[in-house]
Amino acid sequence: MSAPFGRRLCEVSENHSSGGYRVFSLLDREGPTPLPGQFYMLAAEDHWEQLGGRPFLPRAISVAETGPAAAGVRLDFLIEGIGPGTGRLCELAPGESVWVNGPLGNAFREPREVSAGAAGAILVGGGIGVAPLALLRRRFGERNVPVRVLLGFRDAEHSGGLDDLFACCEVRLASEDGHAGHQGYVTDLLAAMLTGDDAGSAVVYSCGPAAMLEAVRALCAAHGVACELALESPMACGYGACFGCAVPKPEGGYLRLCVDGPVIAGDRVAEVTHA
Amino acid sequence: MPEFCGISLAHPVINASGTFDAIAARRVYGDALLADFPFSAFVSKTITPEPRAGNAPRRIWETPAGMINSIGLPNKGLEGFLAEDLPQLAELPVPLIVSVMATGRPEFARLVEAVADREEVAAIELNVSCPNVHSGLIVGEAPAETEALLEALRPLTAKPLIVKLTPNVADPAAVAVAAESGGADAVSLINTLKASAFDPLSREPALAAGHGGLSGPAVRPVALQQLRSVAAAIGLPAIGMGGIGSGADAAEFIAAGAALVAVGTESFRDPRAGSRVAAELDFTSPQGAAVQPALDLD
Ligand SMILES: Cc1cc2nc3c(=O)[nH]c(=O)nc-3n(C[C@H](O)[C@H](O)[C@H](O)COP(=O)(O)OP(=O)(O)OC[C@H]3O[C@@H](n4cnc5c(N)ncnc54)[C@H](O)[C@@H]3O)c2cc1C
Ligand SMILES: Cc1cc2nc3c(=O)[nH]c(=O)nc-3n(C[C@H](O)[C@H](O)[C@H](O)COP(=O)(O)O)c2cc1C
Ligand code: FES
Repeated sequence: MSAPFGRRLCEVSENHSSGGYRVFSLLDREGPTPLPGQFYMLAAEDHWEQLGGRPFLPRAISVAETGPAAAGVRLDFLIEGIGPGTGRLCELAPGESVWVNGPLGNAFREPREVSAGAAGAILVGGGIGVAPLALLRRRFGERNVPVRVLLGFRDAEHSGGLDDLFACCEVRLASEDGHAGHQGYVTDLLAAMLTGDDAGSAVVYSCGPAAMLEAVRALCAAHGVACELALESPMACGYGACFGCAVPKPEGGYLRLCVDGPVIAGDRVAEVTHA
Repeated sequence: MPEFCGISLAHPVINASGTFDAIAARRVYGDALLADFPFSAFVSKTITPEPRAGNAPRRIWETPAGMINSIGLPNKGLEGFLAEDLPQLAELPVPLIVSVMATGRPEFARLVEAVADREEVAAIELNVSCPNVHSGLIVGEAPAETEALLEALRPLTAKPLIVKLTPNVADPAAVAVAAESGGADAVSLINTLKASAFDPLSREPALAAGHGGLSGPAVRPVALQQLRSVAAAIGLPAIGMGGIGSGADAAEFIAAGAALVAVGTESFRDPRAGSRVAAELDFTSPQGAAVQPALDLD
């Protein structure tokens, strides 16, 4: 179902901290229920252009969870404040309004083999990139797709969303400082899993920093395992208007990540680099 | 109902070239786009004779009240545009203006002839912010180059030729006068202002191309002054643009001499900005002003 044409104001229903990140919710009275992997372009209605004139453009933010609300759809977002835009979104107070354009972009695809005995889905998230995997995990659970979740965080201050978004399910953790789970990278956990004998028919779904995604892409390519990567690139519009979000294709030329992605099959991207 | 070069339009707000992809927007928003099309005419992204992939990322950088872009004119080339894009653009409920650019007069002529030949096309915008490979000069920065280009293109079509002026010159009015003497039907301005930014952490250029063009509200006062001087110097209608985000902004451009206005960067923030600006403009016109208090009552 298409996004409503244009932007609309949605009310903030809550905002709380979560492991160094923030989780806030909007009430969307008009939009359809988003699919896992889709994103919205968001801008606070008030005080968006702050001192110094930024942020000016809206910011692309993945939907982390969704559910029915009294009059519409509840949209949950996981935010890491890294600059003026995400900083302002972190401060949103209940009752405030946010300009919303979306849901935009494509969604993660289901694995072809979904039987109980199949290798199923392996979700690999790092840092703020765990956001779209929360909704994906729930959807797979509802469809009886076997799911294993591997999440990596730098340290306790960068481990948001665990209690809120992944409370219900088994999660294998890695942390660079060793505060939780395996000390090291989440890709260490993935490498071990992919050498297991059932790995061939698995599909890996991943979102996180560029270096992690590149490691996931390379590991999956080496093991002949399909993967879907949710990438990031600088976005001005989110709906194909600006051509700013270019991501190189392996055969040359560029994708427009906002309309051709943000989820791209691992074999459809050249090396994942930080844009 | 504004009338522009013989084309009648539902309102005076069109899009700026390269800032709205109607084909992509229709895929995203469905036919709601057509039912409520934000612009009274649609200007295509600039097309070139051969396909172009565009520049390597990073292509955009936000600035205070604006952005710098170095997109690099990605497009399917003339053949791809005519075969794949034009039939889809013909389904839009508004007249179509095609923006073209080439690096020599013969190539420019080939584009204009091929595009003007298609009945779906109402007018042609000439993006002259490009070098002439033969002289090495940027066509739109040299009045003589601009006049010579128009003299070469004018005999090829009776359809309106709009010259998109670059703001990166000391005297844009001199280029506009040259376009008029060469036989142009209208001018549009401003294109983006040459600009650069650096990542303060890495101290590297923010954009892969090193520099780009500034757009958005940051350029609005510059655009207004250039429009004012151009409008005073020529007898042709002008399409004014540069940071328009509201009806009040558009009213300023009309006051400065614009026949039509174009919305660019604001569409990134608000996909229906064109409709909003047109509606707001209604209430800021001298005749419409009387209507506004009634709206404010409750
Ligand atoms: C599809 C998609 C989904 C996303 N989902 C999420 C999500 O769920 N949660 C989340 O927190 N984030 C998410 N992001 C990332 C977020 O949209 C960007 O990081 C956004 O740019 C942050 O804006 P900001 O103003 O906070 O930071 P910016 O100031 O935009 O800084 C972000 C980066 O851009 C650079 N930068 C860009 N412009 C400037 C400038 N003018 N001056 C200085 N530095 C600049 C900086 O180097 C910095 O590393 C997503 C991005 C995409 C594309
Ligand atoms: C991302 C982007 C792409 C653009 N592409 C083109 C283009 O292909 N051809 C052109 O003539 N102008 C192009 N422009 C310039 C705009 O048409 C317009 O002249 C300029 O942005 C000023 O208007 P604004 O401030 O409302 O955006 C582009 C501008 C932007 C921001
Ligand atoms: S973000 Fe504008 S085209 Fe993709």
